[in-house]
Amino acid sequence: MSLPKLRQYHAAVWDEPIVMEMGRAGRRGMVFPTSDAEVSAADGTLDTVIPASARRQHPPKLPELSEFEVQRHYLHLAQETLGMMGISLFGTCTMKYNPRVSELVAARPWLAELHPNQSEETLQGVLEIVHGMNQILCELSGMAQFVFQPGGGADAAYTHACITRAYHEHRGELAQRNEIITTIQAHPCNAATAAAAGFNVVTLPLEEAGYPSVAALEAALSDRTAALMVNNPDDMGIYNPNIKRWVELVHQAGGLAFYDHANFNGVMSRLRARELGFDACMFMLHKTFGAPKGGGGPAVGAYGCSEDLVAFLPRPLVRQVGGRYTIEHEAPLSVGRVREFWGNIPQVVKAYAWTRAMGSDGLRQAADISVLANNYMERRLLAIPGVSKSFPELSSPRLEMTRYSLAKVAEDTGVTVLDIQNRMVDFGVDAFWLSHEPWIVPEPFTPEAGELWSKEDIDYWIDVLATVIDEAYNDPDTVRSAPHCQAIHKVDGAGADDPQRWATTWRAYQYKHSIQVTS
Amino acid sequence: MANSAPALREELCAAVGVSDPEELFAQIPLDHRAARPVVLPPALASEVELSRHLRDTLGRNVDCEAVLSFLGGGCWQHHVPAVCDELATRTEFLTPVWGTPASDHGRNQAWFEFSSQLGELLDLDFVGLPVYSWGCAAGHAVRMAARITGRDQILISEFMDHERLAVMRTYCEPPGMRGHIELRSVPTNPATGTIAVDELAAALSDRTAAVYLETPSGLGVIEPDPGQIARLAHSHGAELIAGVDPTSLGLLAPPGQYGADIAVGPTQPLGVHMNCGGGVGGFIASRDEERYARAYPTLQVSLCPTSKQGEHGFALTLFQQSSYGSRELGNDWTGNSVYLWAVVNAAYMALLGPAGFAELGELILARSRYAATRLAEVPGVSVRWPWFFKEFVLDFNETGRTVAEINVALRERGIFGGGDLSLSHPQLGQAALYCVTEVHTQHDIDRLVTALTEVLA
Repeated sequence: MSLPKLRQYHAAVWDEPIVMEMGRAGRRGMVFPTSDAEVSAADGTLDTVIPASARRQHPPKLPELSEFEVQRHYLHLAQETLGMMGISLFGTCTMKYNPRVSELVAARPWLAELHPNQSEETLQGVLEIVHGMNQILCELSGMAQFVFQPGGGADAAYTHACITRAYHEHRGELAQRNEIITTIQAHPCNAATAAAAGFNVVTLPLEEAGYPSVAALEAALSDRTAALMVNNPDDMGIYNPNIKRWVELVHQAGGLAFYDHANFNGVMSRLRARELGFDACMFMLHKTFGAPKGGGGPAVGAYGCSEDLVAFLPRPLVRQVGGRYTIEHEAPLSVGRVREFWGNIPQVVKAYAWTRAMGSDGLRQAADISVLANNYMERRLLAIPGVSKSFPELSSPRLEMTRYSLAKVAEDTGVTVLDIQNRMVDFGVDAFWLSHEPWIVPEPFTPEAGELWSKEDIDYWIDVLATVIDEAYNDPDTVRSAPHCQAIHKVDGAGADDPQRWATTWRAYQYKHSIQVTS
Repeated sequence: MANSAPALREELCAAVGVSDPEELFAQIPLDHRAARPVVLPPALASEVELSRHLRDTLGRNVDCEAVLSFLGGGCWQHHVPAVCDELATRTEFLTPVWGTPASDHGRNQAWFEFSSQLGELLDLDFVGLPVYSWGCAAGHAVRMAARITGRDQILISEFMDHERLAVMRTYCEPPGMRGHIELRSVPTNPATGTIAVDELAAALSDRTAAVYLETPSGLGVIEPDPGQIARLAHSHGAELIAGVDPTSLGLLAPPGQYGADIAVGPTQPLGVHMNCGGGVGGFIASRDEERYARAYPTLQVSLCPTSKQGEHGFALTLFQQSSYGSRELGNDWTGNSVYLWAVVNAAYMALLGPAGFAELGELILARSRYAATRLAEVPGVSVRWPWFFKEFVLDFNETGRTVAEINVALRERGIFGGGDLSLSHPQLGQAALYCVTEVHTQHDIDRLVTALTEVLA
């Protein structure tokens, strides 16, 4: 097969030292004013105001650098980070452009220098936006109220687990209802947060249709059921057509139904969680709604619920009373707080800006394009020898992403999906998403095109994959030893789980390293 | 949207073999479809309209740079170095998710430098990647202590920050659940607000998983001898979890120095704006011992070799014990956190260095003490406790006025007064938590004293 010509990419290589190794004694990056004479005179010496037993004895061994050196060092590290400077079709995360206008607006003091405990009349602008975003998400989901306090999708799942506790406790059934049901294809955070909140977890396996059967759910339901936590479609792109029936059955058993809307992009504006019967749902504003990911937050898991559960939501909540916005700080049945204050408000503002720019038509169009792009990818990817699809016998078009397998490539060549990831970055294409644990599909990969990436970007991404698979057959060592055009070479993580060798700090690295040298 | 142009859309449809994208949604049963179309406010599709709308709306806020603010209590107004602001909006740091160890290398190194520098400040050598907030870090830490010791009770001060305590409660499961952890409060010395050591000794038992000790506390109080409390906890087989503010650590004893086993605290003071509370983050650290390392819920990066001799790279360590690795069998859970702020925090710590942290600590101490001394001269106003850092409790009980009334009057004079403690800590009566940092000049403090004198006249 003839392969297209790819970019001659090479990442920046700075061979940048660890900051702890840099600088010289006495060099300063930031100085502070010496305290005014009157201020210093006001109150005795250090010894009288802080007992010696509470004082630091040795200065911290921090680097001593000039401001320019610090700036340059971290800009070098920025350049050694690919981020969205290349192409990233990282499935489940819905890569989107993060408009600069939102970054500029959010960085101004009118948002950056707000304290959450200011009086309401000094916060009317930001309260209006928080309230506006609440209304937008209610319109999209049919829910009655959203809270933005959870610091990510997993924190929203935890919020649901907490609300489930409070709901059943209020009904006097908490002791009995100690099980939360999820599926093996739901994000691990659903199972993990349910367990951390004190519930036993029941995980339903997949069946032939690509999702667990109604019969399996029925068998799992009982008077111990506290809640169902599930996503739909899952990240194979398969939609469970029985989900309404599932929710009915969960309700009949006395449980709550939570919709993890991690994969909202493909169904955005086509369905509403509440209309399907769900009691609560979660949107990730840093994924579907255009707020930046930041390399892993600050993020927002916007959690919304039906009228019946509003009483249990964490506080504070923003309310509109007449023409003013107010803050409801406490409520008698509220779970309290899952995190301090009202949430990552700059991310809410950015998501609000993105959604206002898109409007109703824009959202629908984005869903159309993301599903169209995914199906376009599927046509091309399945034409590459060695690529197969999860549940290949299912013929319906997948939604915004599809899970594939490179099992045949691994079997034929010994080259794994991890090797292929490491080689693709040599062409400016960032890692694809593999799969959450456990891997149901061997050697999985899960690209998601979304509405952002152009056809040219998508084609380039596929061309890179095809080239790397071709290399796997014809020059496997090049793939296995990759990367070759990156900031660094292949990382040997073999010691990362060895207590004698792991080092999460420079000081640990130094003493473990010296022990190895002397032994 | 790059593929929305009609011709391109048709090209994609043709390649897929559909005449309309609608055909691709066949999996969704018709009776699952939205009952009515989504109706949102009119789109602001142009940047000029959107920018105007955002500016008009946010312009109605009154921020802490426009006025003089003494609000603290878990979110503090500090100086944010300009370099930190530059890094926080760099596209390379703003946009990644999970790449490969090579494509993420710069970010991973910045994370490692966050952990390394924090480790030096704390005098501890195992540091996780940050969690959502100080309260979340404390919540995870008490769960870690319970896992490590197999015990189910944590001793805390009677005077905790109420937001942080509310978060910790959420992490402790209600009574009757299998993992319930009791948060038992210990009285303080009335004269100092510090933990009453005798009462603590009496409360310690073989049920105690840990003592959670904050210094400075949620109300600003410095513990005079945290080492004594560590020894006391250890003598009962309990852990000491220290809660500390990193801006104090150029001056105050680091947790490692006095024998704390786990340390937690806030990351927002390290170069992150308040962001209306959206700047908060938390850290968890400990000694590098398996007993602690294997109890972490967080992700963390470890320095590793690469295939090139002498080159450093980074890999996740102890991934399998996280919820990503082991679902419900992992430690608590993890997910997206505040990792962008970790990059900013790293730059902040590198900018300050040892001398910067010493200066910062001394300046905050001097200015907060100056403020307290001057404010105590206002008739009817007193400072509740003598040893504090950055924040202190002002007692207004003798003025006959409520904090709410006083703060309204201060606001009319362009000042946000300290946080009202009368609802969260009713045992203090009419009291407020005032926060003074390096951003407050002597002039600012004098202005507050004048305004308060007027208000209370």
